[in-house]
Amino acid sequence: MSYRNDPYDPKQAVLLAPESLDAAVTEALDAFKGAADLDALGALKPAHLGDRSPVSLARREIGSLPPAAKSEAGKRVNIARQAVQAGYDERQGELERERAERVLVEERVDVTLPWDRHPRGARHPVTTLMEHMGDMFLGMGYSVVDGPELELEWANFDALNIGPDHPARGLMDTFYVDLPGLVMRTHTSPGQVRTMLTQEPPIYVVSPGRVYRTDEVDATHSPVFHQIEGLVVDEGITMAHLKGTLDHFARSLFGPDAKTRWRPHYFPFTEPSAEFDVWFAQHRDGPRWVEWGGCGMVNPRVLTACGIDPDRYSGFAFGIGVERTLMFRNGVSDMRDMVEGDVRFTRNFGMAV
Amino acid sequence: MKLSLSWLREYVELPSPIDTAELERKLVDLGIEVEAIVDQGATIKGGLVVGRVLEIEELTGFKKPIRFCKVDVGNPDAQEIVCGARNFTVGDLVVVILPGGELPGGFHIAARKTYGHTSNGMICSAAELGLGDDHDGIIVLPPSSAAPGTDARPLIGLDDVVLDVEITPDRGYEMSVRGLARELSHAYSAAYTDPGSVDISDVSLGSGYAVKVEDTVGCDRFSARVVRGIDPSVPSPDFIKRRLTTAGVRSISLAVDITNYVMLELGQPMHVFDLNLLRGGLTVRRAHPGEKLTTLDGVARVLDAEDMVITDDSGPISLAAVMGGETSEYQPTTVDVLLEAAHWDPVMVGRTARRHKLFSEAAKRWERGVDPQLTLVALSRAVDLLTTHAGGTPDENVLDINHVKAPAPVLLPTDLSTRRIGVPYSVDEITELLGKIGCQVTGVEPLEVTPPTWRPDLVAPVDLVEEVARLGGFDAIPSLLPPARGGGGLTARQTQRRTVGRAMAESGYVEVLSYPFVSPGAADALALPEDDARRSAVKLTNPLSEQEPLLRTTLLPPLLTTLKRNLGRGERDLALYELGTVFQPHLTTTAPPVLGVDHGPSPEDWANANAIVPSQPWHLAVALTGDVSPAGWWGPGRPATWSDAIEAARTALSAAGLDPSRITVQAADQAPWHPGRCAAILVDDAIIGHAGELHPAVLSNLELPKRTCAMELDLDAVPAKPVTQAPQISTFPPALIDVALVVPAATPAATVEAALVKGAGELLESVHLFDVYESAQVGEGLKSLAYKLTFRAPDRTLKVEEAVAARDAAVSEAATRTGATLRGA
Repeated sequence: MSYRNDPYDPKQAVLLAPESLDAAVTEALDAFKGAADLDALGALKPAHLGDRSPVSLARREIGSLPPAAKSEAGKRVNIARQAVQAGYDERQGELERERAERVLVEERVDVTLPWDRHPRGARHPVTTLMEHMGDMFLGMGYSVVDGPELELEWANFDALNIGPDHPARGLMDTFYVDLPGLVMRTHTSPGQVRTMLTQEPPIYVVSPGRVYRTDEVDATHSPVFHQIEGLVVDEGITMAHLKGTLDHFARSLFGPDAKTRWRPHYFPFTEPSAEFDVWFAQHRDGPRWVEWGGCGMVNPRVLTACGIDPDRYSGFAFGIGVERTLMFRNGVSDMRDMVEGDVRFTRNFGMAV
Repeated sequence: MKLSLSWLREYVELPSPIDTAELERKLVDLGIEVEAIVDQGATIKGGLVVGRVLEIEELTGFKKPIRFCKVDVGNPDAQEIVCGARNFTVGDLVVVILPGGELPGGFHIAARKTYGHTSNGMICSAAELGLGDDHDGIIVLPPSSAAPGTDARPLIGLDDVVLDVEITPDRGYEMSVRGLARELSHAYSAAYTDPGSVDISDVSLGSGYAVKVEDTVGCDRFSARVVRGIDPSVPSPDFIKRRLTTAGVRSISLAVDITNYVMLELGQPMHVFDLNLLRGGLTVRRAHPGEKLTTLDGVARVLDAEDMVITDDSGPISLAAVMGGETSEYQPTTVDVLLEAAHWDPVMVGRTARRHKLFSEAAKRWERGVDPQLTLVALSRAVDLLTTHAGGTPDENVLDINHVKAPAPVLLPTDLSTRRIGVPYSVDEITELLGKIGCQVTGVEPLEVTPPTWRPDLVAPVDLVEEVARLGGFDAIPSLLPPARGGGGLTARQTQRRTVGRAMAESGYVEVLSYPFVSPGAADALALPEDDARRSAVKLTNPLSEQEPLLRTTLLPPLLTTLKRNLGRGERDLALYELGTVFQPHLTTTAPPVLGVDHGPSPEDWANANAIVPSQPWHLAVALTGDVSPAGWWGPGRPATWSDAIEAARTALSAAGLDPSRITVQAADQAPWHPGRCAAILVDDAIIGHAGELHPAVLSNLELPKRTCAMELDLDAVPAKPVTQAPQISTFPPALIDVALVVPAATPAATVEAALVKGAGELLESVHLFDVYESAQVGEGLKSLAYKLTFRAPDRTLKVEEAVAARDAAVSEAATRTGATLRGA
């Protein structure tokens, strides 16, 4: 018996009924919503989207419909199928997001655990500060010069107008050695003497380094300490240039409020000579003038001894103590902290000062 | 140097009262360093008044005699005061501090019960008032010096201000009231009376006491005068005692005090001889070498041919200009004296003072320069003071042997001050400023400036420029940056040291800057062989510590000392580095050529001089102990080993810009390292340092923990960093092949690796040793080395056969060189 040309019989196409499809969609969506995780959701897929699911079976019944009804029934099935698929996708998206969030929660660690896995090294603050100072002068176009610490007595004294009878040459200040004509340099100025002997003016140099005086170590003294000294020899150099240079240096190191104040003094290698203070606004005991270094116009006798024509050239020189600067700039209260090599002191500075 | 302001006021009209803060600033601006300015009036607080003793009641029954006194202090009722001193009687004027006052040292005075009476204040001694060490009794003021109740401070010199100043070595003239008053007159624009230019025209020069000056270079002026018949029992007047005490000079006797007083006032050191202890005429000459003299301080001295002495028939009686001798010393019974004021060569005095370590007040002044025109003024002042207080009669004639040369004029171009200082000084200003300090200025261009006799420091034009700048004020100098010049940046060596230092710190090492002083025993502690070059060290002749007179030849001894210090302070895991110079003496020890200062040394002399300077190469050293990475929540720690020390060398050389292919590590036996755990570090086949674990015996000598490791490199021997060439990067995929080689256990891994690299040829991109394994399975005396070989071609994807062929070639080369066999093959 054939029903092919039978009129539409709703009984034969019960699954295609709008209410049946609606029920199938509702059932599927409810089932998806009830799925607790992606596995449960996956297990529901054959029942609601598989070949034997109500919507798939309904599609098969379309063939039994009269041609006039097929188009509308087809649309109905498609809409139902899309609704079920959309419901499935939505729930899958939700569950995937939940799972991703859960993983993030589950993978949480205690980020406050100690992080000192690799012990930090550190450079000595004297080294760092000395380099920092040198860099400022490099920026002004100076060169950095070195010289031996065990130095010719002539370069350390005679050439600097410290004659054989100057008190500084006595045993009071200078380390002598068992080799004739040599001393442990008492300042880095002999490095500048070496520059003047080997270089024609214009000379713009700083000489940082280690120097030696026969002082017992105490809170403010050390027999071995560091200086940075500057020397300029050029045509037309005046004491105003010295002042400008020191003011600029002070501002670079201590900030825009810094400035220098001079007190007339005596050094054999400069004339006029001055000691200078720096206005240090960040001092831990309040802004104040701090004694900083010595300076002056290079004594023409020094230029002569170094083979430079003092009638054509003039120059200035200055020197400051690196440890001394570190003491007030960084609040170091005892010289011994800088010489004993205690890692607790040095580590505190790391790579910067 | 300490001086009282009242003394200065005698010669310069300073404001009264004076603002001490302003005074300090003016002194500093003059170039005079101020140690302290003490207002003595403020050292005692509260009422300090004159009292007249009205009644004394002797109290008995105590351990010592005590007096209960009634003292008129200007009030209607007498003050009742208990006193332990006994050197006063009824009617005496004394100094009383009233209740509420405070003595120096924070000693508060209050009415208090003592010895059964209430004491309302205290009768003071000089010591209690901070006026010296005289505890012998209370101060008794001269009769009727003041009414009871008046302020006692002016009467005992406590109204004064004391200046404690530091004089720079070029300004000897400031070491006197005369010079300091002159300087203050500039600062205050105040009237000044020069005590050095008093009228002495009434003095009759002639042959006084017989004196012969044999060396007029050492002594260019010698003046002397005899005074006879003084009363030796007269004490020094209070004002002299007080001023000497303030200046820190001990009061001895009237005549000696007067010579010191005149020295402080004028700056002219003097000496007084007991005329009757002199044997015949005096001769001023150089000492004969080995001649002996016992000076006033009781020290028997052997003299040098350069010392100047004053002699009589008995031989030297005074170490000229520095200290007198015992035999002619002024005695408590001396009635006839010879007063001497001379002028000595400052260089001679400086040398004598240093030679004999006699830095007397006189020597300090001579060394800094004394006005040669003061001798007669000083004698005149001293004779006046002496005869005024102790009577006596000066001889009519004053001896004066004078070879002093007048100061030479200095030619000063009028624009030099401006050219050197940068301040536009006019000729009028320059003339005025130089005139203030006593210069005679004549001429037009250049100015002809004749310095005053008290300024031997003014000899060159620039010396005058300094005075113009100083008196013109440093504040007037503008602040100008000089025009920039092209700089070349750091040198390659400087950059290398910085980069290496940074790399070490970034690798976990902490920098130390040790003193380079080491003990002679350090070489033994490091077990250095007898012929080791590091045993040849420069020695300090005046070390701070006799234990450490040598300069380091290796960074290790001071570095290991620092390591030990840190261990002693409780640090257990330590990685230290030091970048510094070592001192390597040359074998020859000739003196350098004499280099003058009148011109630059010739290139030849300069080279010869530098040839004697010991080499001072920069070294890098590290020392390690404990864990390099600590135990923690991540797992166990890792102890520092020999390989960390070698790694430190590689880190440094990498930072210095060297390609790893230029670095070789080979086994070495070098003190102070463990002979089985020491590596020589080579760059381009030259040894530049060593690294590894330290020798157990060395660690025991130094009391350091077992397994302490160290490395030391000669950084100056590290070649300069070349310009780094860019590599060719292949974009084709690599072929990775692992091989495990079995070799005799003693075979250096470096040798195996070198063979692999050689055998594999150009296709080998990298070789990485990932496992070292010894076991019974591998075989007795053998070890297994497992390598990951990465092959890659620049222009194609490698075929498997190509990679395998290269691997086989590598293994084959290793087999040839080291007898390696492929494990499992």
